[in-house]
Amino acid sequence: MTALTDLTLAEARDVLARGETSAVELTRAFLDRVVAQRALNAFITETAELALAEAARSDARRKLGEAGAMEGLPIGIKDLFCTEGVRTTAASRILDGFTPPYESTISARLKAAGAISLGKLNLDEFAMGSSNKTSAFGPVVNPWTRRSDRAARLVPGGSSGGSAAAVAARLVLGATGTDTGGSIRQPAAFCGITGIKPTYGRCSRWGVVAFASSLDQAGPMARTVRDCAIMLETMAGYDPKDSTSVNRPVPDFEAALTGDVRGLKVGIPRQYRPDGLSAEVAAVWDQGMEWLRAAGAEPVEIDLPHTKYALPTYYIVAPAEASSNLARYDGLRFGQRVPGKSLDEMYAKTRAAGFGPEVRRRIMIGTYVLSAGYYDAYYAKAQKIRRLIAEDFRQAFERVDVILTPTAPTPAFGLDESPDDPVTMWLNDIFTIPTSLAGLPGLSLPAGLSAEGLPLGLQLIGRPFDEETVFKVAGVMEQAAGFDARPEGV
Amino acid sequence: MAYVIEGETGTWEVVIGLEVHAQVISNAKLFSGAATAFGAEPNSQVSFVDAGFPGMLPVINEVCVEQAVRTGLGLKAQINLISVFARKNYFYADLPQGYQISQYDKPIVGEGELLLDLDDGSTRAVGIERLHLEQDAGKSIHDMHPSKSFIDLNRSGVALMEIVSKPDLRSPEEAGLYLTKLRSILRYLGTCDGNMQEGSMRCDANVSVRPVGSTELRNRCEIKNVNSIRFVQQAIEYEARRHVEIYENGGTIHQETRLFDSARGETRSMRSKENAHDYRYFPDPDLLPLVIPAELVERIRAGLPELPDEKKARFMADYGLNAYDAGVLVAEKTSAEFFETVAKGRDAKIACNWVMGDFFASLNATGRTIEDPPVSAAHLGAMIDLITDGTLSGRLAKDVFALMVETGKDPATLVEERGLRQVTDTGAIEAEVDKVIAANPDKVEQVKAGKVALLGWFVGQVMKATQGKANPAMVNDLLKAKVLGE
Repeated sequence: MTALTDLTLAEARDVLARGETSAVELTRAFLDRVVAQRALNAFITETAELALAEAARSDARRKLGEAGAMEGLPIGIKDLFCTEGVRTTAASRILDGFTPPYESTISARLKAAGAISLGKLNLDEFAMGSSNKTSAFGPVVNPWTRRSDRAARLVPGGSSGGSAAAVAARLVLGATGTDTGGSIRQPAAFCGITGIKPTYGRCSRWGVVAFASSLDQAGPMARTVRDCAIMLETMAGYDPKDSTSVNRPVPDFEAALTGDVRGLKVGIPRQYRPDGLSAEVAAVWDQGMEWLRAAGAEPVEIDLPHTKYALPTYYIVAPAEASSNLARYDGLRFGQRVPGKSLDEMYAKTRAAGFGPEVRRRIMIGTYVLSAGYYDAYYAKAQKIRRLIAEDFRQAFERVDVILTPTAPTPAFGLDESPDDPVTMWLNDIFTIPTSLAGLPGLSLPAGLSAEGLPLGLQLIGRPFDEETVFKVAGVMEQAAGFDARPEGV
Repeated sequence: MAYVIEGETGTWEVVIGLEVHAQVISNAKLFSGAATAFGAEPNSQVSFVDAGFPGMLPVINEVCVEQAVRTGLGLKAQINLISVFARKNYFYADLPQGYQISQYDKPIVGEGELLLDLDDGSTRAVGIERLHLEQDAGKSIHDMHPSKSFIDLNRSGVALMEIVSKPDLRSPEEAGLYLTKLRSILRYLGTCDGNMQEGSMRCDANVSVRPVGSTELRNRCEIKNVNSIRFVQQAIEYEARRHVEIYENGGTIHQETRLFDSARGETRSMRSKENAHDYRYFPDPDLLPLVIPAELVERIRAGLPELPDEKKARFMADYGLNAYDAGVLVAEKTSAEFFETVAKGRDAKIACNWVMGDFFASLNATGRTIEDPPVSAAHLGAMIDLITDGTLSGRLAKDVFALMVETGKDPATLVEERGLRQVTDTGAIEAEVDKVIAANPDKVEQVKAGKVALLGWFVGQVMKATQGKANPAMVNDLLKAKVLGE
């Protein structure tokens, strides 16, 4: 029999439904893996006792015939989601000792559907980073290693690095992520799993520690497309507490996995082949298109002419919003406080001690671009370009049904070899950022391995609120890819 | 006579624009469900949104939007069907989010107009620049501990309307009239209680001066957070004179923010333009642009009450009141209602005289308010009826009114109890008249000799003898007939 922790979320759901195992048994199995794999540093806070207690309640619910859509399924929650009674850190020192008295809408929905949280997953501090190295709780280690050097530790990507590593290492069946510029998709690609950033407005941001409000969007990360579809259906939906969440019905995402993509037009953007794109990544991209062509879809070359402006635009908009969103971390009402002789000194000391270098960098950039005299040159212009980028996609989607691109320009890099230069680090998100700026759904799925045996991801981008087509196409590609590789030792 | 400042070098004119922060009447805050009642225990009306907790998001309170639209309509202003909330970023201990959600370049209400009611009964229009919605901050309390400050977040997030006038005001008096009128309109509309002591209406005054005849706008100083109309006037007067003095001594005025010290009656520099905050305004990404359906505006317009200007015009047209009296009566909705209750079916001028005279005096004397008056409108009306039907003379009525204030009883009861009914029995009055004539033959001669004014003295004597109950008109007629043979 397959180990319980090797089941996909959908399989575990069915096994539980057939009564072949219990939520308690399943939870124990995953908790054992969590303990065994602590070296990955995927969790900031483990909540084993709460999980087992909840698992027992879950089994009781099932006996009463009250099983929810995710009844008894062990998952992890990115530590950016506020969880009632469980400390929430955003991987930052500045939130030291903060235990929210409320539960985020997304985690509340998952729990209401019966999902069992095993704890809070590591991330880049305030979700700012693409390597998970900016976490105040130390970096997460990618369970995957290079064939040539099994000892060299690799990054899981970021910011949802703990979520990606935990799913890849079979510590949880699925995890919540958040994606502002690629924070679900890039770590999913680095860790050989599937993750989707839904359309902006699909999932409530209420109770999620804000990074850049106009870009932040929660989404599921799991091993398969179906698992993500199941999770997203539970997570998605209008929330009157989030003014930017959109009031429209949530489709049956799992039912969208028909396997039939005949006649669909798949856009291949010319602008997504920059110099320096890894040959392996380019090859897997071509391969992905071949799979779809074989399944009856039609490739269409498209232009997204403003693509090259996406990265600078993002690095104006996101830090601007972050500089304001993070102003509330002042040491007054919660989290860490470093005393000072004056209010200003207290602010300066508290924030200097509480925020890491990447967060400070972005706060300073954001403050600068919003300053009097610079606003028009930076923020106002970035907003205009953002509209042009969205317009590029709108026009492309008049001709195609979905767009296929690589997720990241390279496979996972080494923990100790990641670029010192922050701008090079930011290039990791070059393929994911335009989608975020346009608010579109983007899914990353594993499509193959590099020569070094590292997973490579492909990204599917859909029309606004058309996650169904994205899931459908992703399902076909997943089948064709037959990606069954797993990290060495997992 | 225009208000000017006579300086050493010439005559100066004052240019004033006012920014009023009016707390919106609503049960909940602008972006959270927390309550807004004044005087609650510190930090007892604070939601996690108001306290700036991680992951909390603002959701607009539609009641506050409707109140802003209502106010805009009351100020005959442009309602912007699309407006945008922006963040005004600054750090302070009573600003939990580190920014105030306000409106910047796209406010909910645009240009409008307000009429000042001048003392001579005429009016003057003052432009309204804009009205926008914003959150209030919390309150810092610095005097409860030698080295610490306490923060009360009850006010944090409460909805304010910032109402900005054009620089159309030209004197401290006009500033006072503007505030009085604005408060009156807000109260009529029920959108702000206008209570300056409790801080539900606060005023910033922008003041500059220029030589009379000039049309330039010189650098202005903004005097922040003045909390009474009198202080606003004092602050403007002081500030204008300060500007004139500086200019006349060859100095220049730099744009700055100043505070008014009411104890000393002077303004003091708070921060200069160089040290001004850079608020880094940008559209709040947690909120979508505010879109108001045109039907909502029309529904609110249809439900607007009669406002002071219209009511004043109606009082003048329907009741024949003069502009001054009408202006005084409509200043407060309650006094207008009181007057109308008294005047209904009666002589409006008599009603007006009694309300504005003895009744208002009784409010002052007793320290009571028109909401809890010493004499009800029904009683005052009934008393006027007794005058009209001859039961009471004007003089007796004054006594009855005083007794109503004292006892709260209705006038008919008092007339009965105290026997204050006017004597209209000709025989009884005639007897008293005859007595007075008989007792004063010398004065009768003087009247006959042409000193007709002395007749008044006879009237007084008769009234005295009847304890004021004789009908004065009858006394007068009888005296004329008997002394002058008319």
